[in-house]
Amino acid sequence: MEWLGFVNYAVFMAIFIGIYALLALGLNIQWGYTGLFNAGIAGFFAVGAYTSAILTTPFVPGRVGGFDLPVPVGWLGAMVAAGLIAWPIGKICLRLRSDYLAIATIGVAEIIRLVVKSEGWLTNAARGITNIPRPFGDLAYTMSQLAYLAIVAGVLLAAYLLVERQFASPWGRMMRAIRDNEDAARAMGKDVPYRRLEAFIFGSALMGLGGALFVHFNRTITPEAIDPMVATFLVWIMLILGGSGNNRGAILGVAVVWIIWSVSEIVTDRLPHEYAVKAKYLRVFLIGLMLQLVLRFRPEGLLPEPRGKGRRPEAAAQGARPPAASD
Amino acid sequence: MGAMEIVNFYLVPGIVVGSIYALGAVGITLVFAILRYAHLAHGDLATLGAFLALAVVTLGGVSPYVALPVAMAVTAAVAVGIDRTFYAYLRERPKIVTVMASLGVALMVRAVVQIVWGVDSQTYTRGIVRPENWFGIRIRDRELITVLAMVGLVVALQLFLKYSKWGKAMRAMSDNPDLALLSGVDNRKVVLLTWTIVGALCAAAGVFLGLNYELKAMMGWSMLLPMFAAAILGGVGRVEGAVLGGLIVGIAEEMSALVLPTEYKAATAFAILLLMLLVRPTGLLKGKVL
Repeated sequence: MEWLGFVNYAVFMAIFIGIYALLALGLNIQWGYTGLFNAGIAGFFAVGAYTSAILTTPFVPGRVGGFDLPVPVGWLGAMVAAGLIAWPIGKICLRLRSDYLAIATIGVAEIIRLVVKSEGWLTNAARGITNIPRPFGDLAYTMSQLAYLAIVAGVLLAAYLLVERQFASPWGRMMRAIRDNEDAARAMGKDVPYRRLEAFIFGSALMGLGGALFVHFNRTITPEAIDPMVATFLVWIMLILGGSGNNRGAILGVAVVWIIWSVSEIVTDRLPHEYAVKAKYLRVFLIGLMLQLVLRFRPEGLLPEPRGKGRRPEAAAQGARPPAASD
Repeated sequence: MGAMEIVNFYLVPGIVVGSIYALGAVGITLVFAILRYAHLAHGDLATLGAFLALAVVTLGGVSPYVALPVAMAVTAAVAVGIDRTFYAYLRERPKIVTVMASLGVALMVRAVVQIVWGVDSQTYTRGIVRPENWFGIRIRDRELITVLAMVGLVVALQLFLKYSKWGKAMRAMSDNPDLALLSGVDNRKVVLLTWTIVGALCAAAGVFLGLNYELKAMMGWSMLLPMFAAAILGGVGRVEGAVLGGLIVGIAEEMSALVLPTEYKAATAFAILLLMLLVRPTGLLKGKVL
């Protein structure tokens, strides 16, 4: 029994690693390859989660939804919805420096949280949406978990291969050119805001897909399920630690940070209650400190971005690199 | 609804909360213009200032107005310390990396507040304060003091920036950093001074927010968006613009309750922010666009 419990826990962790890996891949498109600062990851995640939940749940009186559509349609819908939210924000902010995008995405996440909490007709407010179908959810517990892990792994592999392919293509080269020297890229005739918008929407859609995968795993969703700051920040530290600009690094970072994060939770949950609450915040403090240490001592992450021939060595040493350092 | 009700229930609270936003927005605009990045830990630094004042109030048994200068001084020191420990070594790197570091600092500062003071709402003083009646306009003492303190602090800051040697150095760094450095302005002193002022203003914003509402760990973070909206609305780098922006955002938030469900009060600041970025990123008073 002890053994089975351990397997179940490992599978549970692996599924979460897969979901977070999708978020980290999405962020890698935005930050790692394009230098866009998205501080509202949790918002896009929530949009994806709720969209897929609304599309695939059976009919319930009192709220929109109950379309009872197949799960893959829900996932597609999640990606489209997250992309649609990203479009106007990107359109407005991407002409300006990335600082403005950071502020605006914090706002987006906040507004989405408000909508989710107060629009009962859409999201059932605080009671949340339940009875969300899970593919192979009828099997016994362990088998069902394993089946879902296989699905998550499949989706992640597909996303990884597509993103890798995209960045090996001329499009990826152009994106890196825009990130590393915006002025030069513009002088070469690249439409910088438009290309950034592409990357922003593409990354946000992947985050929406991550949310959809989460909601079908969890089977219910309430506004409390998403702690905007911690979720967003965890994805950031995963990407920076793993190595921004490197998709394998991103996934490695997810695994490392998620294992540290959840194992430390097991440890702190064993403490007496009055310490357990404080320990929870201590973990948040330490994860913030970890970001500072990585930025200081290993900005390029565990697996640095692969550099082609003929690159300037100082550019390779720069790490965690965003748009032009001119100012 | 008569004009008096609108003034009493919407305009007065709007001006009060707007003054609090203004205090924060001035700090944001200084960091944005002089150090050239968006400082995302600004709200949580204000939270820290508010709780430091609470510590002084509970330990010393003094009024929050006495605790205010203490909290401002300590928060200023904390802000300088944060800059030295976490931001200073990122100065040569692209500025957006510092923005990221400040997001981490925001989380760390909030975690410290949650560990030390817990997560329950607290207040400086107990009991309900009845508003005084000034020719039909009802204002509480603390509301009057909030607005007056904001005006006093901003006027003092403006005089300092305009006439003192180091104030001029700060403005020079904001207008043209290369030229300022060539003219012999000591960058390290300007940074130190900026963080001292910004930290103190943060604490003032936090204390007045706690005084008029209540103290909780998320109070500063929820103020971040209105503060940024105010700084951008007024024009980045313009202190008087930040004050104007703060007041507009505050009044707009309170007035929005007339037409929108109150849950969406917080959306007003976001709408103003996006609108300004769309039509006039330089802000009302022609600030800079980074």
